[in-house]
Amino acid sequence: MIGELDVARIRKDFPILERRVHDRPLVYLDSSNTSQKPRQVIDRVSEFYERHNANLYRGVYELSEEATAMFEDARARLAQFIGASDPGSVIFNRGTTESTNLVAHGYARKVLRPGDEILLTEMEHHSNLVPWQFAAQATGATLRFIPLAEDGTLDLSGLESLLTERTKLLGVSGMSNVLGTMPPLERLAAAAHAVGAVIVVDGAQLVPHATVDVQALDIDFLTISGHKMLGPTASGGLYGRRELLERMDPFLGGGEMILEVYPDRSTFKAPPWKFEAGTMNIAEEIGLAAAIEYLEELGMRAVRRHEQEITAYAIARLTEAGATVFGPRDVEQRGGAVSFWFKDIHPHDLAQILDQEGVCIRAGHHCAQPLMRVLGVPATARASFYIYNSNDEVDALVGALERAEAIFGA
Amino acid sequence: MALEELYKEVILDHYKNPRNKRDLPGGELSCALNNPLCGDQITIHAHLDDGRMAEVTFEGSGCSISQASASMMTEAVTGRSLEEAKRLAGEFRGMMEGAVEPDEASLGDLVALKGVVKYPVRIKCAVLAWDAFQEAVSGPGQT
Repeated sequence: MIGELDVARIRKDFPILERRVHDRPLVYLDSSNTSQKPRQVIDRVSEFYERHNANLYRGVYELSEEATAMFEDARARLAQFIGASDPGSVIFNRGTTESTNLVAHGYARKVLRPGDEILLTEMEHHSNLVPWQFAAQATGATLRFIPLAEDGTLDLSGLESLLTERTKLLGVSGMSNVLGTMPPLERLAAAAHAVGAVIVVDGAQLVPHATVDVQALDIDFLTISGHKMLGPTASGGLYGRRELLERMDPFLGGGEMILEVYPDRSTFKAPPWKFEAGTMNIAEEIGLAAAIEYLEELGMRAVRRHEQEITAYAIARLTEAGATVFGPRDVEQRGGAVSFWFKDIHPHDLAQILDQEGVCIRAGHHCAQPLMRVLGVPATARASFYIYNSNDEVDALVGALERAEAIFGA
Repeated sequence: MALEELYKEVILDHYKNPRNKRDLPGGELSCALNNPLCGDQITIHAHLDDGRMAEVTFEGSGCSISQASASMMTEAVTGRSLEEAKRLAGEFRGMMEGAVEPDEASLGDLVALKGVVKYPVRIKCAVLAWDAFQEAVSGPGQT
């Protein structure tokens, strides 16, 4: 037991953690990539297909009404989980990438003019960069970037010159998938609003691992990835401030998002349905509701404390073993994605050798090529932790690194 | 399969002590490729003299498989005629696709990379240098 989480009991809820890989116990240290799923989520999805499966809204029959109620209940749960008072401010879609593209298309393209600026940071995931490149190219706006400080936090010393009345949108990750860095969102939101900009928070890593309250933080848009928070793949969505959602253009046109359709024009539903064209990811979002219930039962404060403890332990053990760890040292300022470089063994070689020991880590540029250039490395190895990971697994990681060192004679 | 089958001594030797790893001023053929998955980068330089690969060098960075494969490739093709070098490239690719049983007589050290076939994600690392080589020698006027 670490902190307040009973990891041994939690692990029993995750069937996959019982399996072996290369005849060794599975040590899954890649939850920043995708999390494993508890029995409760898997069962909810199965139950939906076995008992309630029907399409939404359009059925007059019992099954469709049940499916619709479950889907809308999932929306309300997700809204509540992130501190949004209005379920209608949550749009369901496949997750963070689709959400960022929705804001870039429906909002940024509509409001940006030549000479306007989009302010991002040097540590963004490609999914919080490429959609803004598209929007900038389409509108004549310019991209600017908040630099990283030596310690892996954001260097906000020049914020006043970067965030000006030209800035219309500030896009920032709530928790870096490479460095774990957690920027001061409340301060950034206030600074953005002071110049009349909106703030878009990439919540892919933040929402699964920490308490998020969009109203307290005063965030305008928050992207949410369900599959990184125990939910099914292709679940999640976008939170948007209601008045901004009202102003936004639809992104995908088609069935279900319309009110009236004529041969040459259409009118649209109110948000969030205006942004939900076609048959939705019904079972996935209903499964996400079960994931949220699971996390709420543990308590997000306890989840965060558990990850801070295991992250501190991992940073200490990796450093002791001779690895260079990237990102902030202080676990108050970071999450549990721990990138490192080990004795000049290329991360892909490292990950391959670790796999033979049953240890799953990610190796590569982590969809953050600009950040790799800032760090001066072609790639990093990354271990990332969640509620089911224990210090024993950190020990297994370090043990496997020793095996790699033996093979490479580093 | 044991990890030692992948990380054979000869591969690690080429990785740690790469052969022909340098720029080639005056080399009329070159091609730079990268493998976005791993961040492996390889630039191949070649100088043809009277239809033979007089000198072949590489520059780059990346995982052991990509760099060792590049090092071995420069050794394997140097001195061969363009046609022979292209045939060898085809043979290596065949080995990587698991379609051709490698012939040690012609492939030499490169046979050590056979173990990579069992690790599909890494095949791209092994063929990167060969892709760059083939593109370099099929450049304008070299078809």
